[in-house]
Amino acid sequence: MSQIGSFALMLALGLSAYSFLAGLLALFNKDAASARLGETARRAGIASFGAVLLAGIVLVTAAFNDDFSIAYIFHHSNRDLPAAYKFAVLWSGQEGSLLFWSLLLAGYGFVLRLRYKTDQRLFAYASVVIASVQVFFLLILNFAAHPFAVMQGGTPVDGTGLNPLLQYPEMVIHPPMLYLGYVGFTVPFAFALGALIMNYPGEKWIQITRRWTMVTWCFLTIGVFLGAHWAYAVLGWGGYWGWDPVENASLMPWLTGTAFLHSVMMQEKRGMLKVWNMSLIFATFLLSMLGTFLTRSGVISSVHAFAQSSIGTWFLVFIGLTLAVCVFFLLKNQSHLKSEHKLESMVSRESSFLFNNVLLLAVCFTILWGTFFPIISEFVQGHKVTVGPPFFNRVAVPVALLLLLLTAIGPLLAWRKTSLESLRRNFLYPMIGALAVGGMMILFGIHPWEDPSYFYATLAAVLAALVIFSVISEFLRGGRVIAGKSGQNLFAAMVQLAHRNTRRYGGYIVHFGVALVFIGILGTPFNKEVEKEMGFGDKINIGPYTLVCQSYTQDDNPNYGNEWAIINVFRDGKQVTTMFPERRFYKASQQPQTLPRIYPSFREDLFLVTDVYLVYEGKNETTGRPIIKAHLNPLVPWIWIGLIIMVFGTIVALVPNASPVRVAVPAQVRTPAQVGAGD
Amino acid sequence: MTRHEKLIGNHDRLHRLQRLHLLNRLHRLGDLLLLERLHRRGRAALQGRVSRIQYRRASAPARRRILHAAILTAAIFLFMGAGDTDARFKDLGHRMMCACGCSQILLECNHVGCTYSDKMRDQLSAAIDKGNNDDLILQGFVQDYGPTVIAAPTATGFNRVAWIMPFAMLALGIIFVAYVVRSWKHRAAPALADGIAIPQGNELDELRLKARRETDL
Repeated sequence: MSQIGSFALMLALGLSAYSFLAGLLALFNKDAASARLGETARRAGIASFGAVLLAGIVLVTAAFNDDFSIAYIFHHSNRDLPAAYKFAVLWSGQEGSLLFWSLLLAGYGFVLRLRYKTDQRLFAYASVVIASVQVFFLLILNFAAHPFAVMQGGTPVDGTGLNPLLQYPEMVIHPPMLYLGYVGFTVPFAFALGALIMNYPGEKWIQITRRWTMVTWCFLTIGVFLGAHWAYAVLGWGGYWGWDPVENASLMPWLTGTAFLHSVMMQEKRGMLKVWNMSLIFATFLLSMLGTFLTRSGVISSVHAFAQSSIGTWFLVFIGLTLAVCVFFLLKNQSHLKSEHKLESMVSRESSFLFNNVLLLAVCFTILWGTFFPIISEFVQGHKVTVGPPFFNRVAVPVALLLLLLTAIGPLLAWRKTSLESLRRNFLYPMIGALAVGGMMILFGIHPWEDPSYFYATLAAVLAALVIFSVISEFLRGGRVIAGKSGQNLFAAMVQLAHRNTRRYGGYIVHFGVALVFIGILGTPFNKEVEKEMGFGDKINIGPYTLVCQSYTQDDNPNYGNEWAIINVFRDGKQVTTMFPERRFYKASQQPQTLPRIYPSFREDLFLVTDVYLVYEGKNETTGRPIIKAHLNPLVPWIWIGLIIMVFGTIVALVPNASPVRVAVPAQVRTPAQVGAGD
Repeated sequence: MTRHEKLIGNHDRLHRLQRLHLLNRLHRLGDLLLLERLHRRGRAALQGRVSRIQYRRASAPARRRILHAAILTAAIFLFMGAGDTDARFKDLGHRMMCACGCSQILLECNHVGCTYSDKMRDQLSAAIDKGNNDDLILQGFVQDYGPTVIAAPTATGFNRVAWIMPFAMLALGIIFVAYVVRSWKHRAAPALADGIAIPQGNELDELRLKARRETDL
C-alpha cells in the first residue's frame, strides 16, 4: 500500500516538474514546436492531478484498512476510530494535510487546464505558476514530510489515535473549507503573476478570475468561521476567538483577499489601482503560505498547531523566492500598470474603497505584527513576550469598527462623485434607525460611559444597525421603482432587482451578514459565568435560567469512556431543554477531553438570542460530584447566522445577471457604462 | 474643623477615589504630561498642601480644562472598571496567561488536568485580598512565572513598539491614501482622440444623472 502511495507521489512530482519546465520553455517561443511542447505541459499538469488523487486515495484507504505499517496512520488513527474521522485522517496530521494541500491545488489546476481555451496564452502562464507551487509541495511530500513512511520494527497492533480535539464533526469539514480557501488563492495569484509577466493588456484576467476569487473567498470565510465555531464548541472556554496564531494565520489572507475583492472593482470599472491589486493578490497568496508555515513549523506556539516539524525552512525559502519574483516583475513591468483615470472627488466610491483597503490592511498588519512580535522581542530584548487577546482587542477592534462604518457608507456613494444632497437622502433614514438603536440600548441600561466594553458594544450596535438599514433602504428604494414600473409586489421586485445586478446586491447581502456577525460579537461584554459543584437536584441560577442537575452518570464505547451530567434548564419555572455536558477519555491516545453543550435560546428570545453553554469541568474526587461551569453568552448565534447570510450573498453575487444593464448615453462620454452602475 | 480633620477628610476622599480605580488607573497614563500635572495638583489639593482656591487659580484656562476633561473622559472610557474584588479578579485574570503552556488566558484555561491554572487563580485571589495594587500583583506573577505570563506587551521600553506600530502604520496608510487621492485629483486627464470633448459642469451632471437613471435599475 505504502509503495503505491510513494510511487504516486513521485510520479506526481515528475509530471508537475515537467509541466513547469516544459511550460516555461514553451512560453519563450511562439513557433509550432513550442505550442506542441506547451500542450504536453498542459497534459502533464492534468495527469499530475490523477497521480496526487491516487496518493490521497491510498492514504485514506490505508486509514480505513487500519494499515498501521504506515507511520502516519499509526500516529493519527486507531481501530475504533469512527469512519468519518478515519476519512479526516487525511488532514489531521502534517504529512496528510500537505498531501491534501497538494491534492486541492492539483484539482484547481486540473479545472484551469481544462478551461484553457478561454485565453490560451494567459492560461499557459497561469498553469506554469501553479505547476511551480505544486512542485514545491510535492518536493516536501517526497523528501521532507513523506506520508507513506513505514514503521520501523514491525507493524503495531493498533494506532495511537486521533487527537481528541479533532474528534468533532466540524473537523470533517472545517479544514477542507479552510484549505480550499488557502489553496484557491493560488489561482488568482497565478493569473495575476502571469498577466504581469506577459504584460497582458486590459482587465480580462480580473474578469477571468473574478469567480475563482469569490468562490475561494467564500471557502476561506466558511473555513475561518467554522474554525471559530469549532473552538467554541470543543475547546470549552466559552469563547470562539482567542487570537491564537493559527486563527490569526487564517484571518490575514481573508483580510487581504477581502481588500482585493473590493479594490479590484476599481480596476474593472475605472482602470485604477493596478499595482495595488497585483500587490494585494500577491500578499494574499503569500499570507496563505505563511499561514501554512505557522501551522506547520512550530515557530510560534499555538493552541491548535496540531502538526509541527522542521519543514519551516522549506516554506521560508519558498515564500522568500516567491516574494522576490513578484517584486522583480512588479518593478520591471510597472509602466504597464499605469492608472487610466483620475479621481474626481473624495466623496466617491473610489475613495471609500481606498480607505476600506487601508483599514483592512491595518487590521491585517496589526495581526501580523502581533503574531510575530514575540519573535521580534526575543531577538531584540532576549526574551519573549506574550501578545494575546488584550493586545488585539485594544488595537484591532477600533479599526474594525471604523471598517464597519465604511461598510455602511461606501455602497451608498456613487462612482466618481457623490453630491451632498444624495448623501443626505441616502443616509437620513438609516442614520435615524441606527441612532434609535443606540438610544434603545441606553434606555435598556447599557450605559456606554460606564465601561469601555459597553462603549464599544453600543458603538458596534449603532454601526451594525447603520449597515443593516442602509442595505434594506437600498433594496427598498430599487424594489419600489421596479414594483412601480412592473406592478409586481415589493418582494418580487427586490428579487428581480438583485437578479439584474447580482454582484452589487449580492455584495450588499454579504455586508448584511457582516453586520450580523458584529452584532454577535458585541454581546461579549455581557457574558456571564458561574461554576459550581452539582449534586442531585442542585441548582445554578444564571441570568433568567435555572439549571437543575437531574443526574450524572458514565458510559463507555470502544473509542472512549465518558462521564456526563444531565442538566435540566428552566426559564420562568418552565423547562426549556435538557443538556448533557460531557467529559471523555479517549482510550487509544490516553487523553481526556471536555465536550461542552450549547443551547441557543431562539424559542425564548428571537432577536436577543443567548447561548446557554455548559462545560463538564471535572469531578470532585472527594464527593464524586461533577463540577459544572455555566456560561451565558448573549447574541453569539448571530455570528453563525451572519456567516450563512454572507455565504448566501456570495452565491447571489456569483449568479449571472438576469439581463445586461444597457446604457444609452452620448458617445462623447468615454466610459458611460461605469457611471453610477456601482457594484 | 481642624487642619488635621480636613486632611483626614481629604485622605478619605482620595481613598474613595482610589477604590473607584480612577487615580490608580489614570496613573498608568504617566507618560501623558498633562495628566501627570493634573494628577499631582489634584493630589496636592486633596492633601491640603495647596488650598482649593489656589488649586482653582493654578488651574489652566478654560480651553486647557476642557482638554483635561476630554483626556479624563477618554481615560475613564479606556481604563475604567468596577472597583470591587470580583471585577478586579476578572480584570487581572484576563490580563494574564495560564503558565502551563496552553496559550490561553488564565481565567479561560479549562484544559483537563491543568496543573497551573487553579494555583494561579488562588494566588491571584490571595494577592487581591491582601490589598496589593494591580501593578504589584502583575509584577509578582512575572517574578514567579516569567514575562510571558502577561497577556499583552507592557507599555515600557521596547514593548512600546508593539503598541505604536499598528497605529503608526494606520496613520501612514491614511496619509498615503490622502496623498494619492490628492495627486490623482490634480493629475491631467488622459489624452483623448481628436474630436472628443469631455463634458464639464452642468453638462456632465446631466449626463451623470441620466446614466444613473438608466444603469442603477
